[in-house]
Order: sequence, then structure tokens, then C-alpha cells
Amino acid sequence: MNATPTRILLKNRRPERIATLDEYQAGGGYDGLGDILESRSPAVIQQMLLDAMLLGRGGAAFPTGRKMMTVAADAPFPRYLVCNADEMEPGTFKDRVLLHADPHMLIEGMILAGFAVQAAKGIIFIRPEYENAARILEREIRIAEAAGFLGDNILGSGYSLHIGVHRSGGRYICGEVTAQLNALMGRRPNPVQPPPYPTEKGLWGKPTVLQNVETLMCVPHIVRNGPDWFRELACTATGAGTKIYAVSGHVERPGCYELPMGTPLSTIIEEHAGGMRAGAKFKACLPGGASTCFLPAEHYHTPMDFEPLKQVGSRLGTGAIMVFDQQTCLLAVTLNLTEFFTRESCGWCTPCREGLPYIRDLLMRIENGEGEPDMLPMLDTMAQYLWNAYCAFAPGAMGPVQSLLKLFREEVADHIVRGGCPF
Amino acid sequence: MLPVSVRKPLQKKIASVEHARELAIDVMFELQNHYGYLSDEAVAEAAGLLDMTPLEVDELATFYTFIYREPVGVYVIHVCDSVICWMDGYESVKAYLCRRLNIDVGQTTPDGLFTLLPVCCIGYCDRAPAMLVNRKVYGHLDGAKIDRIIENLVNEAVQADQ
Ligand SMILES: Cc1cc2nc3c(=O)[nH]c(=O)nc-3n(C[C@H](O)[C@H](O)[C@H](O)COP(=O)(O)O)c2cc1C
Ligand code: SF4
Repeated sequence: MNATPTRILLKNRRPERIATLDEYQAGGGYDGLGDILESRSPAVIQQMLLDAMLLGRGGAAFPTGRKMMTVAADAPFPRYLVCNADEMEPGTFKDRVLLHADPHMLIEGMILAGFAVQAAKGIIFIRPEYENAARILEREIRIAEAAGFLGDNILGSGYSLHIGVHRSGGRYICGEVTAQLNALMGRRPNPVQPPPYPTEKGLWGKPTVLQNVETLMCVPHIVRNGPDWFRELACTATGAGTKIYAVSGHVERPGCYELPMGTPLSTIIEEHAGGMRAGAKFKACLPGGASTCFLPAEHYHTPMDFEPLKQVGSRLGTGAIMVFDQQTCLLAVTLNLTEFFTRESCGWCTPCREGLPYIRDLLMRIENGEGEPDMLPMLDTMAQYLWNAYCAFAPGAMGPVQSLLKLFREEVADHIVRGGCPF
Repeated sequence: MLPVSVRKPLQKKIASVEHARELAIDVMFELQNHYGYLSDEAVAEAAGLLDMTPLEVDELATFYTFIYREPVGVYVIHVCDSVICWMDGYESVKAYLCRRLNIDVGQTTPDGLFTLLPVCCIGYCDRAPAMLVNRKVYGHLDGAKIDRIIENLVNEAVQADQ
């Protein structure tokens, strides 16, 4: 395993400010961009991303190259590229750190990804809490334009791309692809079930490719250094690249750590996040944001990569690791998360809109000492119903609930027996 | 009525895009800045500018956390109550703010300066407990820090008044 921290996406990170255009270029950024756009075909770049096994970093882990290949060669124009900087999944703050570290890496990633699908317009969809980052991006986009990297006929290559920043009004569901496209079109951001897929009919009915910030920032490095190089960055055979792990909760040094994909959870916590807080013992974590299943202590050494986490019953999601110590009531944690999902449900479909408040109510009663033995099977049944919902939001919300009921059932039952919270 | 100084730049911006309604949120934010919140009048103005019906605008306005359909204070304080901030002191931050401002969550101070609201995870879990004031973030909160923030805002408001 690679012992020294591998810094690719965060290589230009500075304590208090962004990397400037000059600093990004000094590290090889924009190097030979004109040549790449002139000499490589879009199909070649798509194939490189596929061979690099670049999987989406926004939570769904879809292969980026494959998504781009679903834009048919003869698909209509104009085509769009959307950068998803909504990042509202609780526990997740990696995109914020990335945007504040190296905005030009994202801009170049968008140029190359945009070129790969021949998009004419790029849009960065950003949550309102990140107003500071939105302003930085607007400024750096103008700087890139002035330098000839963006706009009409980029560096004489014949390819043109314009990028704009779209500020959201703030709502978790806007992070979901189809809801985000509705939001961008000034429609109420309810999701829309495919088909047609956005790559066929997206923004204004035109082909649209949407990628997460971290995914797009990997693109320049893959194009420059090749797919093999990217795959070898990982420390698991199934993984590729590095991963920004955003660690929070009961660790000594919460923060973002860029490490080889597949770095074991124990290594991330102990060698990078400063270990558990004084006196605290690891009980469980949510390994990839609020929509993933609890990972109990028996899996403390699991490689943090998509495949190994699937095998132990959870998901890498966004790679946002929320750590809970022995003193934490995981029922109370799940109640808090369910409160979040209840509030953020877009209200479009009944299982989610009606089911979540019901589940929240049951969890609240058990936590407050009003639990009855038959509430456990009721929770099981209700949680199962939420899988019938219209979009992936509700099944995501059931990640913590169902894993709590499975892995920590005794702890929940104990609340009922004692008539209150044992913590 | 919206003054020309607010209307003109908006009209210019809208004329520069292909579909007026793609600017719906920007326009709502601008009008909210002008009126202090998105009043019924502002909804009607936005609809006119965006070539939408007031109902369509309201459908958006009521969806988003940062669009206010009711009057709010000059400073809207959003305290994060999601899981990491909640574990790291949300309850005490909230209680401290309520005492200090002498209001409950959801209320505005009588002088119209502060509104206190809970908010979902704001993406500052590495600086919990955290809050936003007019979308600017403050992390690692404690009583002393909150006092300083409030004092600065009160002074800022006094200066703006003079
Ligand atoms: C409820 C919900 C919220 C989501 N929020 C985000 C988000 O904030 N940021 C993000 O990149 N992806 C989010 N996603 C995933 C996106 O739908 C999509 O898979 C992703 O942005 C695609 O980009 P990627 O392939 O580069 O990951 C969300 C999905 C769901 C169901
Ligand atoms: S599952 Fe929830 S978020 Fe998704 S469409 Fe239904 S109500 Fe909306």
C-alpha cells in the first residue's frame, strides 16, 4: 500500500486561499490543452475515462465514460455539461474543500469533459451556502476566459465552451440529477423518472451530462497521465484513482483527506484524522454520507472503496465518513437523520412524503421512552415500503434506518424494555 | 413598485438568456434583497419579469429554504441541526442564541434585526457546531464567539443606519 499521502486533486491546496491560475499552471494545469483538443477525438477521451474506471464521486458510482457514451454520436445540439456542486448530503463537505482549493482544476475538467460530449455550455449548479465558492468560480471563469482557455474557439482548437454558475435556492433533492435539471429550467425541482435519460433528453430537451465536482476534477489527470496511471493510484484491485474522504464526528482531526482509493477505514481514522477523540472508542460509522448503511466495528479495517463496502453491506456513497463513538446512541443519530430526510422530502410521491414522518414518529417515541415491542416490526414494514418511492431519495433515507434495525436491534429493543434511552 | 435601478439590470440580464425562467432563482433573490423578503408584491413582480404566472413563481418560492415568503430580520441566522452539529452542541448553541436574542426558533427580534431558524447540514461538519448568518458561515461556535458575532452585527447595523 502507498504509505505517503497521494495528492492529486488537492496537490495545490493552500491553507487560506485558492490556487491561482499561475499556480495551477505551474503544476502542469492547462498544459498542452490546445493540442489535446485538436489532436484527440471526443471518443478517445470517453474511452480513456472508461478505461480509467472513473466512477462517479457524487454517490451513485456510475462509470463516467459509459455515461458519456450514451450521448449518441448524432445526438442534437446544443449539448450541456452540468457540474453538480449541490453537496447537501449530511456529512459531506469534500466539494466545498475542492472548490476552495483549485477552481481551475474543475474548469479544466469541465473543458475536457465538455469536449468529450461536444457540449457548448457548462453550468455549475451550486448550493446557496457556498456563496463564497460561487463568487470565486465566477471570477476564475473570467480569468480562464481572458487566458483563452474558455470561450469561443479555445486556443484555436475549434472547440468552444462557455461556463456559467447557477445558484440554487437550497433543497437537498436538487442534488438528484433529474430534479437538478428541473431546477435549472426554473421548474419546481421534483425528480423525473427516466427514460428518457438526461444524456438523451436533458436540459431544454437536449443531451445533458451531469457529473460531480470531484469526478470532473479527476478528468485532466486521466487525460494527461493515462488510464493505467489513474488505476494504479488506488490500493485495491477494484478501485481507481484517489478519493477525498471527508471525515467528521468523534475523531481528533475532522477534515478532508485525499488518499488512494481503497485506503482502509482504520488507516484513515488513525493515521490521518488523528484517531478517535481522547477516551472515545469506535462504535460505528456512516461510510459515505447520510444515505448509506452503518458500518459496525467488526468492519473497522474495510478498504474504503466501492466494491469492498458493498460486500460488507454498505456503500462508499460520497466518501463522507461520519464517526460515532461508544457513547453515541445510534437510535438518536438515526432519528436526527430521519428528521433531515422528512424535512427534505420533495413531497412528490406518497411512500416518501407520508412514510418518513411515520418512521420518524416511531423512532422518536422509542427514543423518548414511549416504545412498544410491536414498533420494531412496524418499523421494518414501513422501511420496506419506502423502497416503492419514486426516486432514490427514500431508499437512501432507509440506509441508516434499516441498518440500525439489523445491526443494532438489541440497542433499540433496550430502549423499549427500559422505557428510555440508555445513553 | 420596483425602482428602475433594480428592474433595469434584471431586465438586461433576462434579455441575455435564452429562457427567462432559468433565472427564476436569481430574480427571486434580487427581489428578496430589495423588499427584505419575497412579498406577494415581489412574487407578482418576479412573475412579470420572468414571463411566468405568480402561481408558478410561488411554486418555486415555497420550495426553497433560502427564499422567504414571510418577513425576516435584517440578519437571518440559520443554525445547523443535522447530525454532526447536533452531536457537537447544536442544542446549546440554539439555547444560547434564544437567550441572547430573547426569541424562540422561528421568531424575529422586535427591532427587526435577527431571525433565528434551524437549517439542514450546511457542509461545515469539520467545524461543528456551525451556523450561517445571511449565508456566511461561522464554525466552532461557543458562547463567547456567538457574543462577538452578534455584537459585530449589531454595530454593523447601527453604522448602516447612520
Ligand atoms: C436525493 C439525492 C441527492 C443527491 N445529491 C447529490 C449532490 O448533492 N451532489 C452530487 O454530486 N450528486 C448527488 N446525487 C447523485 C446524482 O443524482 C448523480 O448521480 C451524480 O451527481 C452524478 O455525477 P457523478 O456520476 O459524477 O457522481 C444525489 C442523488 C440523490 C438521489
Ligand atoms: S422519493 Fe421523496 S424525494 Fe423522491 S420523488 Fe418521492 S417524495 Fe420526492
